Amino acid sequence: MSVAPAREREAASRAPTRRRPRRGPGYPRPLTKAFVYTLLIAGSIVFMAPFAWMVSASLKPLEDIFTFPPTWIPQHPTISNYTNFLQSQNVARWFFNSAFVTLSIVFVQTILCAMAAYCFAKRTFPLRDTIFLIGLGTMAIPAAVLLVPNYLVLKHIPMFGGNDIMGNGGHGWLDSYWGLIVPNFINMFSIFMMRQYMRSIPDELIDAAKVDGAGHLRVFAKVIVPLSKPVLAVTAIFAFNFYWNNFQTPLIIISSPDHYTVPLGLAQFVIKNRTAWDLVMAGSVLATLPVLIAFLLFQRYIVRGIAISGLK
Amino acid sequence: MLFEMRKEWSAYAMLSPFFLLIGIFTLFAVGFSLYLSFHQWDILNPQKPYVGLDNYRELRSDAYFRQAVRNTAYFTLGTVPLSVAFGLGIALLLNQAIRGRAIFRTLFYLPVVTPLVVSGLVWKWVLNGDFGLLNYYIGKIGISPQLWLSDPTLAMPSVIAMSVWATVGFTMLVYLAGLQSIPQEYYEASSVDGASARQQFRYITLPLLAPSTFFLGVYLIISSFQVFDQIFVMTDGGPLRATTTVVYYIWQAGFHDFTMGYASAMAYALFAIIFVFTVIQVVMYSRRTEY
Repeated sequence: MSVAPAREREAASRAPTRRRPRRGPGYPRPLTKAFVYTLLIAGSIVFMAPFAWMVSASLKPLEDIFTFPPTWIPQHPTISNYTNFLQSQNVARWFFNSAFVTLSIVFVQTILCAMAAYCFAKRTFPLRDTIFLIGLGTMAIPAAVLLVPNYLVLKHIPMFGGNDIMGNGGHGWLDSYWGLIVPNFINMFSIFMMRQYMRSIPDELIDAAKVDGAGHLRVFAKVIVPLSKPVLAVTAIFAFNFYWNNFQTPLIIISSPDHYTVPLGLAQFVIKNRTAWDLVMAGSVLATLPVLIAFLLFQRYIVRGIAISGLK
Repeated sequence: MLFEMRKEWSAYAMLSPFFLLIGIFTLFAVGFSLYLSFHQWDILNPQKPYVGLDNYRELRSDAYFRQAVRNTAYFTLGTVPLSVAFGLGIALLLNQAIRGRAIFRTLFYLPVVTPLVVSGLVWKWVLNGDFGLLNYYIGKIGISPQLWLSDPTLAMPSVIAMSVWATVGFTMLVYLAGLQSIPQEYYEASSVDGASARQQFRYITLPLLAPSTFFLGVYLIISSFQVFDQIFVMTDGGPLRATTTVVYYIWQAGFHDFTMGYASAMAYALFAIIFVFTVIQVVMYSRRTEY
């Protein structure tokens, strides 16, 4: 506190010669950079501590995990937690399930939602705005309200999972990939973001393609999709993250271990092995890796996506 | 109109997956849920009689449900303001000419992309009463070890702390986008007029961040009211139901006890609560001073 006036004077004397255009607004007094860095570094250490602890524990033999005081650097580093975890469970299967389910959703959802967004953004047809508003309205329905009815709907999908044509007798799309994947092909949030973006595509480009004899599907594939790539990347990465992490849906509709996704498998493993923290931490690292890699590769799209969606 | 509809049939064709899936899994489902809530719909019992408002009456007298509502309100009132405050603070720090902005931003955002099941497990281990990191470090500053997740008074604050950690990165990113859309000229003009930094924050930054704050308020309240994953992994709704939130209770009633009519009534009660909060926020937001 006592040094602040001196710093203020120093900052004031410098200000006229070197204006910083990006100097952040809104402080009681100009904070010194050292103070900002200290806060940020301290904050990020606290934020990263759980991750560091997870990685550290995953590399320790069980007896070292329970030592007190805790050690951050493994004294006897080992990868046996990983190998044991992979062997004790059908982990490869969970990963295949999660990858198959997530990638199927992301791929089909991107195409179907982009087509819907194109219709809402660029085509004119009766009831367009009414339909779109109803769609937006559905975003206000909490997912929790849909859990129970959709469980019953999936159970009674006709001609699947032993069901007859009336949808009775079997388990339908419960405990199957179908149930995890198909209901998520349409995502109103993705449609909304894509539509906002596609509205800025000039009509002249579409008209020019139509003059050249292109139909609506061709316009969509040759004009709209190439020009919408940034927003499609945004919604795809959000969807990948969301569906990979999704826990509640698989918990409710999946019962056989062969269909476990990674989060569900990990949670079920913990229920059965309450104290196997060594294996649990190894599993946690493995479960996080795909989203972590995707995030690091595509984070600029996430930043941009939030800039698009958060300000609307 | 029919002629127009026939002429533009291909638009409806392109929208057919949208009609089909929104129609079944959202519109039908939300109506079906209401229907279920008026029935005694126990999945194991072939008789599913119409019971009128009985499920809702039962909710009113269900002490567990009232506790679940209180717990959910506690969780929301704890998580949302803290997440907004910390997110804004970090965004303000990062909105300056400093080195490593992108790295800090990435670090603070990492918990957001991590599966909540994983975060919940790691936090459960950090908060462990016997071997947890937190007890070790608070011991160093002279605080006795606590049973964070097995003490009914501490369990919910612990879950809140974990949830703030898991959402702050998102709040930060939304505020950063908001801050960068504020024209720099406003600050320059106001400093010419002699405004202090505090005044600038109060009269420029905060009001112009209102759209971001509104978005975050609506989004975070809706998602906090539906918290589930971390509760499931960290506490199983315990100890003594101290962390049983409404959605956790819905899950128990619907998929553990299979009383799906009752679970649907709870879901509709939650729907009503969320709806009221959203409407209040929209009204407050639209009444705010325009700049």
